[in-house]
Amino acid sequence: MTTIVDIQDLRKSYKDGFQALKGVSLEIREGEILALLGPNGAGKTTLISTVCGITTASSGTVTVGGHDIITDYRAARSMIGLVPQEINLEPFERVINVVRFSRGLFGKRSDDAMIEKVLKQLSLWDKKDNQIRELSGGMKRRVLIAKALAHDPRVLFLDEPTAGVDVELRKEMWEVVAGLKADGVTIILTTHYIEEAEAIADRVGVIAKGELMLVEDKDKLMARMGQKELEVQLTAPLSEIPAALDPHALRLSDSGDALIYTYDTRAERTGITKLLSDVAQAGLTLRDLVTRQSSLEEIFVTLVHEDSDTAAKGERA
Amino acid sequence: MNWTAIRAIFTFEMFRFFRTIAQSFLAPVISTSLYFVVFGAAIGSRIQEVEGVSYGAFIVPGLVMLTVITQSISNASFGIYFPKFIGTFSELLAAPISFLEIVLGYVGAAATKALIIGIIILLTAFFFVDFTIQHPLAMLAFLLLTTISFALFGFIIGIWAGNFEQLQIVPLLIVTPLVFLGGSFYSISMLPPVWQTISMFNPVVYLISGFRWAFFGTADVPIITSLLAIGVFTALALGVIWWIFRTGWRIRE
Repeated sequence: MTTIVDIQDLRKSYKDGFQALKGVSLEIREGEILALLGPNGAGKTTLISTVCGITTASSGTVTVGGHDIITDYRAARSMIGLVPQEINLEPFERVINVVRFSRGLFGKRSDDAMIEKVLKQLSLWDKKDNQIRELSGGMKRRVLIAKALAHDPRVLFLDEPTAGVDVELRKEMWEVVAGLKADGVTIILTTHYIEEAEAIADRVGVIAKGELMLVEDKDKLMARMGQKELEVQLTAPLSEIPAALDPHALRLSDSGDALIYTYDTRAERTGITKLLSDVAQAGLTLRDLVTRQSSLEEIFVTLVHEDSDTAAKGERA
Repeated sequence: MNWTAIRAIFTFEMFRFFRTIAQSFLAPVISTSLYFVVFGAAIGSRIQEVEGVSYGAFIVPGLVMLTVITQSISNASFGIYFPKFIGTFSELLAAPISFLEIVLGYVGAAATKALIIGIIILLTAFFFVDFTIQHPLAMLAFLLLTTISFALFGFIIGIWAGNFEQLQIVPLLIVTPLVFLGGSFYSISMLPPVWQTISMFNPVVYLISGFRWAFFGTADVPIITSLLAIGVFTALALGVIWWIFRTGWRIRE
């Protein structure tokens, strides 16, 4: 797959010495959905703002479609659409005017058919003559997307597109994103909802404290980092786990009719065969077996913990 | 040059102007009419003539200048401050446009609005007093130069301002006094010698004097000095804007 956005050793320090980005390198592939995951203040917005030209980097290079964002900014920015985190819209303007304005600002000739297509795609067509202030929060967010799409960008940055948005609207937003991907648009979205990254991303990048901790295919990441749980359901409930099974570090379910075994999918031996034979030897009868994959959220928590553990060890040393 | 983008900014700004048509047109027309009533009719009845021109007519160029200068500044400063205030400014930064194009769009729109208002004030003046314009082309040129240079100045204020108070403070504390003391309602020659000297440090004196010359053929200072003054002011404003965009001061972190 070709790289459409190439970020190399990007650094950003502010006057007060705060380092928002500490040498981020990232290659974004054409046509993918990349989710940048990280807690608030991790540097997600700074990264996006720098690529889009809103913030100037202290050092490092960025190219979009092979165009440098500084020396060839017109070509680079023409390819980018940005949906900002904050709802920044002129309250008294009409929907269609702000969308037309965005298209013009990017140097594209007015094209009513194109604007109509975008507004219809975002279910905004019947609101086109409404003033922005008359719209609901969700619609305003869609207007922001319409503005970003008005000039037909190849790369779309969505900065926290579903922050503070209800579940229904979030799902709707995901559908919009999926539709854009189908049109061949490369999408980079920042989020601190792991559920979101899990639901729509092809790849996941984790940012913390200005550093990109990892970028990986979502499925691989989940497989690599994933802990699985095996639930051994029993025909008769137990009051306590038989001593013979102690080496397996099992948990007893609340109702007592299931044993829960946690194992690492990365491990060479998962220990399942031994567990099952020990269970049989203990005289227990199985009713069913269920396995569960841990979510990205758990993976994320593990990652951040590992990081702080390493830091703590470093301090002690 | 990205002319489509310049036109987009220009049209968007002009739309705002026409959307708030009452505020944009009526307010300056009403306040100018009040000036004519108070200064022209009430005070003018006591002052017969100034430099061979009836007082009512004499104040016309000053009044037009007063409005055009304040409108140029407020339109341009508000025009660029408002996107900063509501956050849409980031869209300008992310667009494939140069700072020059941003300035052309915003300053062009602000100057056009001020020019339209200036012409409306002039037309209003014909309802109150009789006068003829001796050098109409020079008058228009002066008007145009003034709107552009003060719109540039307003643009700087809008970029500099961190809140609405700062946005108002320069026009209120510096520009308005300078315009009022710049001979809008009197000839500098009517002042005591000391004040005449002090007035020479007021740049607006040169503008109003030159503008008045275009109307009546008389001026407080030579016309070439007036042109020079406005030229220097425009160059200064352009210089500051060039510096702002080079350094990204108050624009890009």
